[in-house]
Amino acid sequence: MIRLENVNKIFHQGTVNENHAIRNVNLQIKEGDFITIIGSNGAGKSTLFNLIAGTYAPSTGNIFLNNSDVTNEPEYKRAKYIGRIFQNPSLGTASNMTLEDNMMICSRKGFKGLKISLNKKTREYFKKELLLLDMDLENRLTDNVQLLSGGQRQSLTLLMMVLSRPQLILLDEHTAALDPKNAAKVLDLTQKFVSEYGLTTVMITHNMGHAIEYGNRMLMMDKGEIIFDVSGEEKKKLSVKNLVDKFHEIRKTEFQNDETLLSR
Amino acid sequence: MIEGILVEGLIYSIMVLGVFITFRILDFPDLTVDGSFPLGAVIGAQVIISGMPVSLGLLAAFTGGGIAGGITAVIHNKLKVPNLLAGILTMTMLYSVNIRILGNRANVPLLHNKTVITGIHSISEGLMKTEYATLIFFIIFVYIIKKLLDLFFHTDLGLTLGAMGNNEQMIISQGVNPEILKIIGLALSNGLVALSGALAAQYLGFADVSMGIGIIVSGLASVMIGEFIFKSNKIAVLTLSAVIGSIIFKGIMYFARIYGYAVRMTPNDLKLITGLMIIVLLILSKTKIFKRKKGLE
Repeated sequence: MIRLENVNKIFHQGTVNENHAIRNVNLQIKEGDFITIIGSNGAGKSTLFNLIAGTYAPSTGNIFLNNSDVTNEPEYKRAKYIGRIFQNPSLGTASNMTLEDNMMICSRKGFKGLKISLNKKTREYFKKELLLLDMDLENRLTDNVQLLSGGQRQSLTLLMMVLSRPQLILLDEHTAALDPKNAAKVLDLTQKFVSEYGLTTVMITHNMGHAIEYGNRMLMMDKGEIIFDVSGEEKKKLSVKNLVDKFHEIRKTEFQNDETLLSR
Repeated sequence: MIEGILVEGLIYSIMVLGVFITFRILDFPDLTVDGSFPLGAVIGAQVIISGMPVSLGLLAAFTGGGIAGGITAVIHNKLKVPNLLAGILTMTMLYSVNIRILGNRANVPLLHNKTVITGIHSISEGLMKTEYATLIFFIIFVYIIKKLLDLFFHTDLGLTLGAMGNNEQMIISQGVNPEILKIIGLALSNGLVALSGALAAQYLGFADVSMGIGIIVSGLASVMIGEFIFKSNKIAVLTLSAVIGSIIFKGIMYFARIYGYAVRMTPNDLKLITGLMIIVLLILSKTKIFKRKKGLE
């Protein structure tokens, strides 16, 4: 459903600050996939998301969505099919507006006209949806979102994102800013929505345990490359320990390669 | 005297509503206002002078202001210039455009033409004092505009505009082009400002290309005075506070003009007073937030 072909992203090309953030990435995401991505800081995980979402275009290579080339399509157009949650809970909601206003804006993607859609019926619908969160938010429809806690805001963002049933959702460490209890709750909700609505999902995480536990495929990224790609049965057998070993193994070989290059 | 303050406050409150939209809802400090206010005045004046109906003049002024606001938004969107600079560019260009519209003159009198005010007078003649008739007319007029704005900000489009000012990323994530929203928002805002300019010119009896100098500052002062009185997240209360802020601002200016002579103040000092007033309001609002935060902790 999404296909990246030989995608490269180079920031500040031709300057001393040149940064080759994504190197020759080829990736195919199939419908119904739940992919987790791990990797150290600066590995290019968020850059990869920005390229898929269309925040910026790749330096070279192409991106296809449902077999049509979307490489140069702006972010807001791609957003009609792609939902995205950021690490920062405040990026997903308008804090000085009420819960119901926020939900209204998110319930349907694309340009909005002069219709007044927020009425009794939609309020009932929002209340029913908010019940799924089990956070007592259904009684706070007219409260400003800034009054909610980080965990509540992130859960609300998740709920609002699935309201429009996007084809692909990108989760960029969406539980990293939350305390362990709330993080677990948001992750549970994520799993629930993903399986309930059959959403194709890509999730970046720093938690190797989560990376193994969730999803049917896992990617490990380092220095702009996908260095390890595992799925299905093989993924289920992984443990945090042999994942770390695997990481060192791959890095070591790479290191040796560098050495041979330098000695030449 | 009191009717004068109220009428002037109401006329300028339409401009204040426009400033409120850009500064508070869109979070887009738009300086086009200093040019679109006199733009509305000169368009309205020219239409009246050429003998066409007053209502057409007001409509033309609104449209002209809308186009000016749209131009600022396009400059900001397409050339990626900061919003302040985009507004200054349009404002400066409008100064020349306004003189052109007036036929290479800097001002025209409207004392012998049919205006909104003469229209009110001819209708109310014999029924009541003309000052009261003018006041009633403008109360109804501003009320309708305020209601329409409240309604607009309850529509899906209006909600999206509000969210954009708060969190542009959210709007992009919802598949809406923020560039188009900025054009719509700025056009609406400057349309209101120009409409206010046209009414002000007819009330004052002349249109002058320099009548917009410092308008943005007085508009902002009015918005802040209003916010000082009401705090709410309901759009109907916010627009009402903008209107009331405008009336209070005009009242303060009136007394500064009348009693300022006691301290050797002239009308030329009013802009200084306005600026100082904003600074004082800023300090006050800062300390207020400071206090509230302290109370919470």
